[in-house]
Amino acid sequence: MLTVTSISRSFGDHRVLDDVSFEVRPGRMTGFLGANGSGKTTTMRIVLGVLAAHGGAVHWEGAPVTGEMRQRFGYMPEERGLYPKMGVAEQIAWLGQLHGLDQATARRNTARLLEQLELSARAKDKLEELSLGNQQRAQVAAALVHDPVLLILDEPFSGLDPIAVETVLGVLRERAAGGVPVLFSSHQLSVVERLCDDVVIISGGRIAAAGARDELRARYGTTRFEIVVAGDAGWVGDVPGVRLVDVDGPRAVFEPDDDGVDQVVLEAALRKGTVRSFTPVVPTLDEIFMEAI
Amino acid sequence: MDRRRFWSATRLVAEREVRTLLRTKGFWIGFAVIVVGLFAMSILPTVFGGDQTKVAAVGSQAVDALEGSDFEVRTVSDVDEASALVRSEEVEAAVVPSGDGVKVLALDDPPTDVVAALRTAPQVELLDPSAVGQGPRMVTIMVFAVVFLIFGMGGAAIAQSTVVEKQTRIVEILVSTVPVRALLAGKILGHTVLTLGQAVVLAVVAPIALRMGGQQELLAMVAPALPWFVPFLVLGFLLLAGMWAVAGSLVSRQEDLGSSMGLVMLLVIGPYFGVMTFSDDATVMHVLSYVPFTSAIAMPVRLFALQAAAWEALLALGLLAGTVVLVVLLASRIYSGSLLHTGGKMALKKAWAREE
Repeated sequence: MLTVTSISRSFGDHRVLDDVSFEVRPGRMTGFLGANGSGKTTTMRIVLGVLAAHGGAVHWEGAPVTGEMRQRFGYMPEERGLYPKMGVAEQIAWLGQLHGLDQATARRNTARLLEQLELSARAKDKLEELSLGNQQRAQVAAALVHDPVLLILDEPFSGLDPIAVETVLGVLRERAAGGVPVLFSSHQLSVVERLCDDVVIISGGRIAAAGARDELRARYGTTRFEIVVAGDAGWVGDVPGVRLVDVDGPRAVFEPDDDGVDQVVLEAALRKGTVRSFTPVVPTLDEIFMEAI
Repeated sequence: MDRRRFWSATRLVAEREVRTLLRTKGFWIGFAVIVVGLFAMSILPTVFGGDQTKVAAVGSQAVDALEGSDFEVRTVSDVDEASALVRSEEVEAAVVPSGDGVKVLALDDPPTDVVAALRTAPQVELLDPSAVGQGPRMVTIMVFAVVFLIFGMGGAAIAQSTVVEKQTRIVEILVSTVPVRALLAGKILGHTVLTLGQAVVLAVVAPIALRMGGQQELLAMVAPALPWFVPFLVLGFLLLAGMWAVAGSLVSRQEDLGSSMGLVMLLVIGPYFGVMTFSDDATVMHVLSYVPFTSAIAMPVRLFALQAAAWEALLALGLLAGTVVLVVLLASRIYSGSLLHTGGKMALKKAWAREE
């Protein structure tokens, strides 16, 4: 488990991280959400030792993170880059060795990953000869080649077409299922919504919310209901204990003040005529996100 | 820091540098130019420069006087025939009898080389016979200075490879995986090995080229100073390598490399011109042979000319080695401070102050 405890960081007078704490648990995909400039990349760089924290600590399995531990982490930086003039397989295997693998294992892992990421046919090409999407797949391979004990991916899906997203996702899920904690940042909330088990939301350098996705939904999601009737639904707002959120012809979204008020609304609607649908509204991450920050 | 981990990272980085450079066309073209140049320098003078001065001689006294000279002597029967040859410019001069001795006929210019050959030179006694003559000394200076210049400039490849890593941002993966100092050490090690490799090839090829050009004497001249030149060259290269790495780390794009490489280039070319210019000034050469940047050329030359004792060479080597350690330490701090910087050229002061 990766534990980030109360880290802070400033650039000049500008404080970009302030008392940031969260956990990345084994076997779980943790989505790291935040607007541009909210501190996602800075946090990841600190975990990877690329930047130093001005306060706080990062622990791996209960011990302060050392360079030797980091060698076994997998990192995909936001700014992508591999050696443009070096062969794809050659440089991924080389990076594997740099991460501490012996040559044979590095080559074996490289071949397996390229196969999984559907890049085998381009293994001998120079990186610069690949399309951007394929370069991105190579970048994913570079982060995974040494079977990392922890994966940190900065915007791993940006720049990928939908098919590539599925391919990469399959590979990441497999790692998570194998017990590896995976932290990935994204500003595409719908992607995170589908993928993550846990969510960390950062805003202005502070953690706005952190926890299991479903817990956060329960915590931040207001209990809203949507009702669709045959006629005009404007009357719903007149029911005592109801706060009308939105009304549009036969459709109304409302928040009941107390438990049971939703049933009062439903009974009233049934008395008035046809009820086409009546559903609780589950908040999306978008809504949680907007609420949390 | 775990030493084993550090060295295995250094070795991997060095291997990659060597492999990458060996694969670039520019490296082989550059090396081929040096080798071809070496052959050209040693062979061409014998092909084109072989024209001997032609001299006509009349009478046995003239023939005797010209014996043992480098001239192509043509014996003719009388003075008229000799002057006709001079007029038609078939010979440059003619040596003809005149009174008790000989006189020289020439067209419009006194032929100094012929006159010098006829002059009876006084006997010379050398008081310090071991001292090396001016000619061989100049040749040695030339050879050492040019080799230093070539390899010193070759270090620019370190700056290149550093800036490639910065520009592509792979540097972020590298820094998160291995210590920055291992990256720097690997680069310097890799390029030093390459330089040594080239030096070895040149050391093998040079005697062949010189022999083909019939210049064994030149080879024999330079050979004794070589064992001293090699350690000086390697340490001199290490000194520059650290600075080339810094030059690369200060900028983020290849296009900006020129702005940070100027100073290092000056430090490569400066010693070359310094030693070439002051080669005759014993005092300046004495000083230059201790200054770390120029000592790599000046001290081996002084040793060759038997102007310096072994302890002086060891002292200069020590000074050079000390400077190497200092520069590499400084370089590694600046390198760490500037490696992740993006944008325009970074000021040295800022790179120095920046914490990781």
